[in-house]
Amino acid sequence: MSIYLYIFTMALTTYLIRALPLTIFRKPIRSRFLRSFLYYVPYCCLTAMTFPAILSSTASIISGAAALVTAVFLAYRGKSLIVVALSSSAAVLLAEWVLSAL
Amino acid sequence: MNWKEYTNGVQTGLPVGMGYFSVSFGFGAMAVAHGLKALEATLISVTNLTSAGQFAGLTLIVAGAALWEMVLTQLVINSRYALMSLALSQRMGERIGVLPRLLVAFMNTDEIFALAMARREPLTVPFLLGLGTLPMLGWTLGTLCGALAGSVLPLSIRAALGVMLYGMFIAIVVPPAKKEKEILAAVVLALVLSSLFSWVPLLKKVSAGISIVACTVAAAAVCAALFPIKEEEEAAV
Repeated sequence: MSIYLYIFTMALTTYLIRALPLTIFRKPIRSRFLRSFLYYVPYCCLTAMTFPAILSSTASIISGAAALVTAVFLAYRGKSLIVVALSSSAAVLLAEWVLSAL
Repeated sequence: MNWKEYTNGVQTGLPVGMGYFSVSFGFGAMAVAHGLKALEATLISVTNLTSAGQFAGLTLIVAGAALWEMVLTQLVINSRYALMSLALSQRMGERIGVLPRLLVAFMNTDEIFALAMARREPLTVPFLLGLGTLPMLGWTLGTLCGALAGSVLPLSIRAALGVMLYGMFIAIVVPPAKKEKEILAAVVLALVLSSLFSWVPLLKKVSAGISIVACTVAAAAVCAALFPIKEEEEAAV
């Protein structure tokens, strides 16, 4: 399948999700369940995408785990988005450098 | 066009633009590592302007998934934008017309939404457009640079850069999970479900897109039933 068809499909879907509530659907959602569901969605989704995928995203499961532990630790300490992201990246390089030296 | 409001928006969006540049650099590097061309990776960023959705979309493109899987995945992953747009819509007031709303909708990301809602003064169209300018530019240029650098960088560096996306997700999830035990429960549940989908023999066969959707819907629905949000939180979102 053409990659442009994929890109068009994902862009259109994403745009409609953002545009419809801002234009046509202006009434607030009444259902408490639905509002609660939407409240939890981003956290569940980001978690499901991150774990365990992060473990297999690098050359070795050890460097993936190093990235995970570093990011969770720094995020828990309240470090900014950029610092957490860059540090997890650095952790991978460091872990793989150590592994190759062993 | 009120340029003072526009400039104000641009200044407010500067830190987000810088953050987006570094994170999308990782996305670009990851995309070329998966065999996409630099132009294709950049086109994804220009037209989508969303981290989680693009990341999942890339996985589906690489896997050669069906288009309905792409639609379903984007719907579930990006359903939070519907809520944000809803909240932003109320905040923008009745005076702002449909055309500016269609423009603002395009740049309604998690961070831009948060900054817009945090503004004390009333929201104006020039301010919102200014707010989105640098993040959009940063996201696009970062992807292009990451994709171009990614094809010449060694594999280890590319893998390390690709991890930045996960790092960003963790940076978004951990602080609220630390603060609210309901969110922590949602995170732990999603984590357990997603582990089952990648390690249990039969569930392992389910495609990545569907498993993300299934884990998200299941964990969010269980938590919505067990811990419905309180009034203050409803006012906040």
